[in-house]
Amino acid sequence: MPIVYPHKTAMPCRDPEERRRSWDEVAEGYTVERAIAEARRCLSCQDPVCEQGCPVNVPIRDFVRHVALGDFAGAAAAIRRRNLLPAICGRVCPVEHQCELRCVLAPRQDPVGIGRLERFVADWERKNGNGETAAGEVWRDQKIAIVGSGPAGLTVASDLAQLGYPVTIFEALHAFGGVLRYGIPQYRLPKEIVDEDVAHLVALGVEFVRDVIIGKTVTIDQLFGELGYSAVFVGTGAGSPVFMNIPGENLKGIYSANEFLTRVNLMHAYSFPEYDTPIRRPNRAAVIGAGDTAMDAARCSIRLGAGEAHIVYRRSEREKGARTEDYERAREEGVIFDWLTLPKRFLGDENGWVRGIECIRTELGEPDESGRRRPVPVPGSEFTMEADVVVLALGTNPNPLVPQATYDLEVDSHGCIVADPQTGATSREGVFAGGDIVTGAATVILAMGAGRRAAVAIHEYLQQRTAEKAASR
Amino acid sequence: MDTTARIIEKHDLTDVTKLFVVHAPLVARNAAPGQFVILRVAETGERIPISIMDFSRAAGTITIVIQVVGRTSALACALQVGEEFLDFAGPLGQEVPLPAAGHAVLLGGGFGTGAMFPLARELRSRGVRVSSIIGARTRDLVILADLLATQSDELHVCTDDGSLGYHGFVTGRLEELLDAGAAFTHCFAVGPMPMMRAVANATRRRGLPTMVSLDPLMVDGTGMCGGCRVSVGGKSLFACVDGPFFDGHQVDFDEADDRLTTYAEQEKLACELTGLGR
Repeated sequence: MPIVYPHKTAMPCRDPEERRRSWDEVAEGYTVERAIAEARRCLSCQDPVCEQGCPVNVPIRDFVRHVALGDFAGAAAAIRRRNLLPAICGRVCPVEHQCELRCVLAPRQDPVGIGRLERFVADWERKNGNGETAAGEVWRDQKIAIVGSGPAGLTVASDLAQLGYPVTIFEALHAFGGVLRYGIPQYRLPKEIVDEDVAHLVALGVEFVRDVIIGKTVTIDQLFGELGYSAVFVGTGAGSPVFMNIPGENLKGIYSANEFLTRVNLMHAYSFPEYDTPIRRPNRAAVIGAGDTAMDAARCSIRLGAGEAHIVYRRSEREKGARTEDYERAREEGVIFDWLTLPKRFLGDENGWVRGIECIRTELGEPDESGRRRPVPVPGSEFTMEADVVVLALGTNPNPLVPQATYDLEVDSHGCIVADPQTGATSREGVFAGGDIVTGAATVILAMGAGRRAAVAIHEYLQQRTAEKAASR
Repeated sequence: MDTTARIIEKHDLTDVTKLFVVHAPLVARNAAPGQFVILRVAETGERIPISIMDFSRAAGTITIVIQVVGRTSALACALQVGEEFLDFAGPLGQEVPLPAAGHAVLLGGGFGTGAMFPLARELRSRGVRVSSIIGARTRDLVILADLLATQSDELHVCTDDGSLGYHGFVTGRLEELLDAGAAFTHCFAVGPMPMMRAVANATRRRGLPTMVSLDPLMVDGTGMCGGCRVSVGGKSLFACVDGPFFDGHQVDFDEADDRLTTYAEQEKLACELTGLGR
C-alpha cells in the first residue's frame, strides 16, 4: 500500500509582488520530481471515476500511471488519444468541478492534481519535441467548413482532419484561437501555446482563413453553394457582451470585459505605444462580476498599473463563478473583493470620464432560478465607490452574426443555436453547432467535448450521404 | 482561400486624403451600400473601420477613402499600388435602408463624401431623385465632386471659406434649399460628428427623416466588444452590427462625440513618437 500524502504537490508560482507588474505566466509548472511525486498519489482505481468527469474522456488513470513511472512520452501519447489541446486544458480547465471533483481521494484529502499533471505532460512534450504531428493526409473529397477558431472549432478540425477530410477554419479576427486568443490573458495561457496548437493543425492539413466573417463575408448558404462545402460546423462562441443598462454606462473608461481583455490580449494594449492599440490605464479599477473573466479583468488591471483593483459582486463569495485557483491568485495579487454590493449607477466627471459607482449593499434572500440565493438590496445602504476604470464582466450572449444571416437555423429565446446535445445537429441539414453558441457561456473543455461529438456526427452524416448517393446511381 | 487585399489603384484626392481601389473579391461579393471594412496595416497595428466607397462584384474590387488622422491611417495612406493591406475584413455593418421612391438629399462632409457615393448610385438606380451637397474647409479639400455629380441630379459644393461654390457649411446650403421649397423626402449625412449633428438638428425641425453614419471607436467590428456603443432613442446600440447608419434624430451626439475623445492623449503620443499622423 503506497503512502498517500494528503495534500496536492504544490506547483511553483511566481511571487505575487513580481506578478503585479509582469505578464509572464504565473504558474511555473511541476518539475519532473514534483510531477512524479504527485502522480504517485493516484490510487490507479479499478474504476477510474475521474474520467467520467472529463468532457472529452481523457484516459486519466493511464496517463497518470505513465507519469508515476517517469514515462512522459507514454503519458503524452495517452492524453493525445483524447485531447489535442492538453497544454491549454492543463491550464484553464475548471478541474475542481470535473475530474478532480470525482477523485476518490477528494472527500478526505486533496484530489490528485490531474490538471497540473496534464499541463506538466503537455509542456514536457512541447519541450522535447515529441508532439505527434505527423503530416496529415487529406484524401477525402467532402469539404468541411468550420466557423470560428476557438476550442470547439479547433477540436472538430483536428478530429476530422485526422479522418482525412479537407477542413477549412474561418476566423473573423486576424488571429486564431477565439477566446484562447482574445479572452484568456498571457499570464494564464501564453499565446505561444495557442500558436503551437494551430501549427499542429496546419501540419495535419487544416486550412486556416482569417478575416472572414461568416454571415457577412460569406454566408452559410454560399459555403454550401458556390464554395462547395458538404458540412458546416458553427462554433462562434458567446461573444456578445452583456451590459447592465443602468445610468452612466456609456461614460468613458467603462468597458465590457470583452473589450478590455481584447485590447489587452489580442491587441497587446499593455505594450502601447510599441503596439498601436491604446487602453485607459486604471488607477482604481472596479470590475463588476465574479466569474473567471472578472478575475482576469481585475488581474489585468493590476498589471496595467492600478493601485487598487476591486471585484464588485452582488452576491457573496460562496456564489462566485470563478475557479478556486484563479480566485486565490487574484487575492494574492491584491485584488480587493466587495461582496454583496450592487451598482446602481455610474458617476462621471465634467469631462465625461467615469469617476465612481453609486452602489447599494445587498443581503441574500431565497434561491432564484439559478439555484443561487437572490441578492436583495438593503434600503438606505447606498454608498459611492471611486473608480476611474470600470469593467463589466457580467457574462456574454451568443454571437448573433451567423443565426441572423442564416435562413432556417433555429435559435432559442436566449439566441443560442438549438442543437442536438449528442450530435450537434441543428435545424439545417448539414449544419452542426457546438460550444458556447449552443450552451451559452461555458468552459473551454465543454466546448471541446461538444466539438468531439460533432466531429463524430459530421463523419457519420457524410458517410451516409456518400452511401445514399452511391445507392441512387 | 485567398483573402489578400492588394491595392490596384491609388489616387491622391488631397495631400492627406487617398483613394484606394483594392482587389478583395471575397469582400466585394456581399458588399452593399452603407457597409464598412476593418483593416490593419502592421503586425503591431490597430484595427480601424473604413467606409466602403464603392464596390464591384464583377471586378472583385472595393474602393475606400482614407484620410490621415492618426498613426494607422498615416501608415495606410503611405501604401502604394501593388502592396497589400495586412488585414481587410468585411463587409461589416448593416446595409443602409434606402427608399424606393422620392427625393433624397445626400450630405457629405470632408472625406465622408466618399461614403455618399454608393448611396447615390443605388438610389438613382431605384429611380429616387438625388440632390448631393458636399462640403470642405477650402476648395483644395473638396473631393470626389465630379464622380458624385455622375450619380446626382444636382450637386452643390460648399466651402467654409467661400473659395468654391456656396460660402458656408453644408447645413447652410441645405436650409436654403429647404426654404426655397425643395421637397426632399429623405436625408442621408456622412461626415464629422458636428456636421451630422447640425444636419440632424436642421432636418428635425422640418420633420425630414435623416440617417447618419456613425464612426465611433471600434476594436473587432463584429459585435464582440461593445466599444462602439451609441445611444439611439435611449437605447444602447452597437454601431458595428446595428449600424453604422442610424436615425439622426434619435442619436445622442453629445455622448457619441465625447466617446471619440477617449484616447486623445494616447493618439497624440503615438503621432509624436512616430512623426506620423497629425
